Amino acid sequence: MRKFIEKLVEGGFLISGSVSSFTILLIIVFLFKEATGLFSSPEVEEGYVLAVNRENPVERLSPEQIMDVFDAHITNWENLNGEDQAIQVFRFSDLTHYYTEEELGDEFQYVPEKINELIHKEPGIIAFFPEQYKSENFTGKIISGAAIKPSEFFGGTKWYPTSAPAPIFGLTPLLLGTLLVSIGAIVLSLPFGVAVAIYMAEIANTKTRNLLKPIIELLAGIPSVVYGFFGLVVIVPLIQKSLDLPVGETAFAGSVVLAIMALPTIITVAEDAMRTTPRAMKEASLALGATQWQTIYKVIIPYSISGITSAIVLGIGRAIGETMAVLMVTGNAAVIPTSFFEPVRTIPATIAAELGEAPAGGAHYQALFMLGTVLFLITLALSIAVEYISSKRKI
Amino acid sequence: MAPIQHLGNIDKRKRASQKVAFGFFSFLSYLVVAILFVILGFIILKGASVISWDFLTQAPQEGMTSGGIFPAIVGTLYLVFGSSLISFPIGIMSGIYMNEYATNGKLIRFIRIMTNNLSGVPSVVFGLFGMSLFVSTLGWGDSIIAGSFTLALMSLPLIIRTTEEALKSIDDSFRHGSLALGATKLQTIRRVVLPMAFPNIITGLILSIGRVSGETAPILFTVAAYFLPQLPKSIFDQCMALPYHLYVISTSGTDIEASRGMAYGTALVLIVIVLLVNLLANALRGYFAKKVKMN
Amino acid sequence: MIKIDAKNVDFYYGDFHALKNISMEIEPNTSTAFIGPSGCGKSTFLRLFNRMNDLIPGTRMEGQILIDGRDIYTKSEKVDRLRKNVGMVFQKPNPFPKTIYENVAYGLRVNGVSDENYIEETVVKTLKQVVLWEEVKDKLKESAFALSGGQQQRLCIARALAISPSILLMDEPTSALDPISTSKIEDLIHELKNEYTIVIVTHNMQQAARVSDKTGYFYLGELIEYDNTRKIFTNPEKESTQNYITGRFG
Repeated sequence: MRKFIEKLVEGGFLISGSVSSFTILLIIVFLFKEATGLFSSPEVEEGYVLAVNRENPVERLSPEQIMDVFDAHITNWENLNGEDQAIQVFRFSDLTHYYTEEELGDEFQYVPEKINELIHKEPGIIAFFPEQYKSENFTGKIISGAAIKPSEFFGGTKWYPTSAPAPIFGLTPLLLGTLLVSIGAIVLSLPFGVAVAIYMAEIANTKTRNLLKPIIELLAGIPSVVYGFFGLVVIVPLIQKSLDLPVGETAFAGSVVLAIMALPTIITVAEDAMRTTPRAMKEASLALGATQWQTIYKVIIPYSISGITSAIVLGIGRAIGETMAVLMVTGNAAVIPTSFFEPVRTIPATIAAELGEAPAGGAHYQALFMLGTVLFLITLALSIAVEYISSKRKI
Repeated sequence: MAPIQHLGNIDKRKRASQKVAFGFFSFLSYLVVAILFVILGFIILKGASVISWDFLTQAPQEGMTSGGIFPAIVGTLYLVFGSSLISFPIGIMSGIYMNEYATNGKLIRFIRIMTNNLSGVPSVVFGLFGMSLFVSTLGWGDSIIAGSFTLALMSLPLIIRTTEEALKSIDDSFRHGSLALGATKLQTIRRVVLPMAFPNIITGLILSIGRVSGETAPILFTVAAYFLPQLPKSIFDQCMALPYHLYVISTSGTDIEASRGMAYGTALVLIVIVLLVNLLANALRGYFAKKVKMN
Repeated sequence: MIKIDAKNVDFYYGDFHALKNISMEIEPNTSTAFIGPSGCGKSTFLRLFNRMNDLIPGTRMEGQILIDGRDIYTKSEKVDRLRKNVGMVFQKPNPFPKTIYENVAYGLRVNGVSDENYIEETVVKTLKQVVLWEEVKDKLKESAFALSGGQQQRLCIARALAISPSILLMDEPTSALDPISTSKIEDLIHELKNEYTIVIVTHNMQQAARVSDKTGYFYLGELIEYDNTRKIFTNPEKESTQNYITGRFG
């Protein structure tokens, strides 16, 4: 009996031991499960169709082209590889401009027929209407059958998830926003982080160090939403006033907040790395008449460089995945950033801000899971990079 | 050997460069300390006047511009309790497995890499994952149980790592001593190893509580409610939570300016939790370190 | 002229009284061996000559140590200048994770030599001095870690010699080495003592007898006996010394 219980408990240990690996697996499965639907969802809103005249040679429009057409940025089929023909935009709500209510029937029973007729007689038309009003013997050409292409998601330069008729999910502005904010954060926090690490590992006496350590830990413990709040009420107005900007919610504000948040990671990892320098190596340098500072930059830093690199990569990882603080201070404009002092939007902030409003299972929802997948893969790559760097440490 | 004429003239210069460098490093270090105190001081000063008995015990009123944050405090307590219930046993057992049972070097390395990867996963991804698995697939809906599971998975790596390190710091001679007396491996772990590692494990658990109580992104789509005047009745209800509440009233409340005071108060409560958690962890560490030394 | 002159030296690690009222005079261009059982304070005493113990927190020294007649424990003494004059070789070979060439050049560089021709000249000269040149001349740009333990230790000696110290401290320099490497280093010490004042801490009594002119025997933080090596090993004054060198304990 006792043996049986021992075996049972040991089994429990084994199962628990595999939980983290299992969780990673589950995360991958579920992210992909929700995200992959994106590339089979139709590019226009579900339940609607987009049609042109049968004679029109254009076979397919990308979501961005559709938006340009419906926003009247493109007005001639020539610009879409078609013939020289003015584009006539038709939305379902425009129907009453063309036909009287009698013509459409008191129960709208003639609507499909009339739409068909309209598309048939207008060579330059592009019509957007509910699928239920497609006539049985439809003579126009449906051009909205295609699904969203991976190239449009990964290479797209616009993020308009609620645009009609076709939402646009382009990763580029969000990815660039994320990178800009994170790299800015690391550039700001790196000198501080490494300096404090050097100070704690090599310069400060034990007493000072014992005082600094819990302070750094505390800095790591403050919730990101508190950092975001502090950024919102202190840093954002400060940046706006001192740099005389129209808005203070900028990539720069995000970087400043993230820099503070990344500090504890960088300091702790870099300090630990420097501490691994053998005492014999330090003594050898000092015994040759080198000063402590010469020993630090000529021996200790080169010796612990892989650990310091890990610290930087881990810091970047933290910055890239940080959500709430960034969401609160960067202004969230989903455009390709052109300056450090403009609002930007990051991948995690987009997920947090939009998932609540995206109907489950829709293209927008799937696109947000796709963003999550991208984010997950980036941080996974960084984790593996850290693993690789620290395994190289042994000389 | 003749003395080297090249040597000896830079002594002053290299000492001066050390002075400059060290001065710079200590300046930056104290600047970092100053940043922390500015953040803490600002929130404490602004929030202190908001804190009152009513603030802590009443529900938000008038579009969350007055009243209190009681439901959010209770919600966060539920979430901390719920997630701890899941993550503590699994995390500790996982740590025990890694340090005491796993013998295959490759397997240990694999699990450790996976644990590191897990700790690198952004919190918002945990949120997505929790929403997909617990909320939709398992059909729990936005609920305390879904949020607790999501938070528990997120805090696992920290608990596993601290447990593993705590166990590693215990000398093998204690294990051998117990085994040599005929104790089984499990008895040795339960009666010798765990009691000795306990203080360090506890510190890890406390720090994970601190982290869980401040996380927003994982609960955003799994449990957190924008406004809920009554307290949750079961684990399948939604609840409010302090960090999400702070986010809501500082960015998207009905009247952001009017709820600023509430926001400062909420931020202060969060800061106080973090301060308490860290103080407790440090005090425990110090207390047990002294105790071990005496023995 | 006395090279190293220690006067009534006491040393404490916290509360532990590690060296008790030690006085010793060491003459220039001689080699002196410190012997004694583990923990007797011989290494601690050696490390006082280049103030290496300063690096250990919670230590305290009383008394005086003069080098070339100058007190090295005054406030105004610059330790980096002192250590340039007093080289040290450690128990385990501890080359830097740099090339062989850069290891030897390190001391010159940190002391402000930038003349690359001069550095190269010195590297070659010191590597020849420690009889390592023939073995490494084709791989100067390779990592020092590629060398064997004995080669690494000779490299560390070369590194110490490159900045022309007048004193060379050796803290059990052969304890981590095989017998052949050990004998090479002992030969080297014989050569070097003509130009340098050498102080060597050793566990190995035969080594002390082979390489040193004078020997100090330490026990429990005290200098029991300090005399010519021959006298110590043939006719020691104290019974404790007698017991140690005849191997009755330690």
